[in-house]
Amino acid sequence: MSVDHNNTAIEAPAQPRRRLPLSLGGMVGATIVAFWVVVAIIGPYIAPHDAGALLDDDLFGHMRWKFPLGSDYLGRDVLSRILVGARYSIGVATVATFLAVLMGGSLGMLAAVSRGPVDMTLSRLFDALISIPSKMSALVLIAALGSSIPVLIATVAGIFTPGVFRIWRGLAINVNALDFVEVARARGESTAYLIREEILPNISGPVLTDFGLRFMFAVLLLSSLSFVGLGVQPPDADWGSLVRENIDGLADGAPAVIMPAIAIATLTVGVNLLVDNLPRRWSSTVEH
Amino acid sequence: MAPLVKVDRLCVTARDERGNNRAIVKDVSFEVQRGEVVALIGESGSGKTTIALSLMGHTRSGIKIAGGSITFDGQSLLDMRSRDLSIVRGRDIAYVPQCAAASFNPAHPLLRQVIESSQIHRVMSAAEAEAKAIALFRELALPNPDHIGQRYSHQVSGGQIQRLLAAMALVTDPKLVIFDEPTTALDVTTQIEVLRVFKTAIKKRGTTAVYVSHDLAVVAQMADRIIVLRDGIIREVASTGRILTQPRNDYTKILLAAAKPRVRAATNGIRKETSVPPVLKVMNVVAGHGAVDERGIPAVPLLRDVGFSIKAGSTLGVIGESGSGKSTLARVIAGLLPATRGEVLLNGTKLPRNAAHRTRDQLRRIQIVFQIADTALNPARSIGRILGRPLEFYNGLVGDKRRRCVAELLDMVHLPAAVADLFPSELSGGQKQRVNLARALAAEPSLILCDEVTSGLDTVVRAAILDLLAKLQRDLGVAYLFISHDLSTVKAVCDEVMVLYAGQRMEYGSRGALHQRPRHPYSDLLISSVPELRQGWLDGISEMMPKETSAAIAGVAGGETCRFFERCAVRIQGRCDVEGIPVRLLSKGAEIRCQRTEQELIELFTP
Repeated sequence: MSVDHNNTAIEAPAQPRRRLPLSLGGMVGATIVAFWVVVAIIGPYIAPHDAGALLDDDLFGHMRWKFPLGSDYLGRDVLSRILVGARYSIGVATVATFLAVLMGGSLGMLAAVSRGPVDMTLSRLFDALISIPSKMSALVLIAALGSSIPVLIATVAGIFTPGVFRIWRGLAINVNALDFVEVARARGESTAYLIREEILPNISGPVLTDFGLRFMFAVLLLSSLSFVGLGVQPPDADWGSLVRENIDGLADGAPAVIMPAIAIATLTVGVNLLVDNLPRRWSSTVEH
Repeated sequence: MAPLVKVDRLCVTARDERGNNRAIVKDVSFEVQRGEVVALIGESGSGKTTIALSLMGHTRSGIKIAGGSITFDGQSLLDMRSRDLSIVRGRDIAYVPQCAAASFNPAHPLLRQVIESSQIHRVMSAAEAEAKAIALFRELALPNPDHIGQRYSHQVSGGQIQRLLAAMALVTDPKLVIFDEPTTALDVTTQIEVLRVFKTAIKKRGTTAVYVSHDLAVVAQMADRIIVLRDGIIREVASTGRILTQPRNDYTKILLAAAKPRVRAATNGIRKETSVPPVLKVMNVVAGHGAVDERGIPAVPLLRDVGFSIKAGSTLGVIGESGSGKSTLARVIAGLLPATRGEVLLNGTKLPRNAAHRTRDQLRRIQIVFQIADTALNPARSIGRILGRPLEFYNGLVGDKRRRCVAELLDMVHLPAAVADLFPSELSGGQKQRVNLARALAAEPSLILCDEVTSGLDTVVRAAILDLLAKLQRDLGVAYLFISHDLSTVKAVCDEVMVLYAGQRMEYGSRGALHQRPRHPYSDLLISSVPELRQGWLDGISEMMPKETSAAIAGVAGGETCRFFERCAVRIQGRCDVEGIPVRLLSKGAEIRCQRTEQELIELFTP
């Protein structure tokens, strides 16, 4: 038994684990995301001008004190339009993505844990949904119901749900085959417990990355809907439509087309930096 | 003559997660003479693979050679440019890794990969290389040597692929071959085949080889000289004979002692109370995958009509090769894979086949411990939470009470209470396996299903876990179903032993009975395949032993003919493969299933 004890002696952790919860990249990402979230909330109140007012005689005006980010193709203030548009881009995309992940993710894990007929039914159902061309069905839906924020959210969420389901189910199936899930199952744990305690913590890493990606796809889908006139309705505009409506200014290097694009880019980079640099423990995946 | 390899004061460091450099090989010096087989032996983490890789001038990522020199055939390897190194690698130095299946590209036929190094180094034409490879296949006793090269890696068995790897290494006639645990992942019966052909090939060529292994008994067959490593330091270097007979270093002595597990006295006393029903009784269980026919037999049966019983506080060993249905048996008993026919009785009451239909108390009484400790613990939860859950789930313990119970459990498996705050990734393999055991104990079960619990562990750690299992049985009176492919482990801890082959129960009897002949021909094969800790054992065993089976097992017979027929040395054509196998009670007290009578078996196996 003496050998035994020598072998199991555990040294106290050499250094206390008190480091920054996020790495540098994560901090940068978090800062950017926080900035845009704040803008989305207070944007309309701090906008220097009315977002719809035609103020500048000079179309595609350059940056100057009165219009810090220039003016757009109708002479409206770009800064104000970006500040007001933030809530459409971020808000609608966030809520839609969140809904898609909530539905697709929970059903995906349910399918993976239940296996058998439940898995079969859900998988085939979502296979059928995925086979419908998503943009076309979105156009039909919005054209039929009329464009409003709730309809937009529901449509985008509906389009993304089958993809989310596939990813979550695939990830969950890998974890589900591992021994610790078998142990829990042999203990008699319920499906809800298996999903919550055994599966979810171990797929959170890739699933969060997926969330980041899908969020950006949602922003892009919203802007393409706006482009064909079915997205956020004028005079309001999300960032995607800001880019689209000012696309003519690209040749002149007008800030009106560049600034909303930069806003989209920073948001993308910020979200992905944050998601990729979350502390290991949150985003741990089973290494096998 | 100068030695082929001269390692002088080699130091290797590894960078850990915090960015600190840690020495993993410290000041190691040794020589390998031409034509000599030198073994590096040690536990995981002893630096044996790191040293073996550095002999090719290679290190794994994050690892750096910090000092010392390696001279190979007059050249200093560590001073060579990477272009010159790649000329030496594959041509003059060949490497045979442990994980054979992962070493072949599944998208290309095998022959092309076997001759690849000869083509890269342009030592011979493709046609010459192919002819040479086929000659090597023949020499390495591969079935159908002319055509096996056209197959893909998933179409050949584990033992065959290991030999193909050796052919790949030998095709360029390298000056040095490095074998890195080449047989560790193989079944004993396959291992013996592979070892034998390796040894013949090495002897015939006079190849210089470095053989890395943790298994002293295997090394004793292969090596001329043994280097014992621990924590990156050479503990002892001596000829194989001297290491085995007169070890000088304390660690070598521990290794030698651990290689022969202490045989535990059979549990007495409990078995006298015959009126008490056995803690577990399994009757005529059939289980498998696929559609189930009206007789309750699935399309792919994994267990065929298996039955046994375990008395309270005793241990039943289940032994067999991979694919024999050992793990399936544990899953059937735990209700994870419902049986399609037959019954499982716990303390005399029938258990529902599916775990989902069992009561919480029934579930509590049977706990399962898995082989791979790494995947058996949820990596996202602390040890305290992992151990606390069964306490909460079965006994409703919460808060302080639960914390105290967790500490008690950790103490029971000889771990400090501070472990409760750690995560699985912060523990070693042996410690994880202890936590695994503690989780099973938390339920206060009457039976623990141990599925290869010691297989992934080093010899010394394994001995400690076996001691722990024995102590827990003495203290708590828990019964074990002990599944293993390692006969010496089973012999050391079990009261009764069951031998499984392809889902059929071949032999079932007391531990003592397994030591005596006559035995079932398969038991005999298994027992005689376990390497013994003495030199010359491999040369001494008879060549008569049947070769491993061809990859495809004979067509699915009507269920009840002998599955061992293909490989059996004493089969009777036209009877064993046609008639159902009778159960015979041998006079030593064991049951076997064989066409041969006891008298016949005695005569056949008497030399």
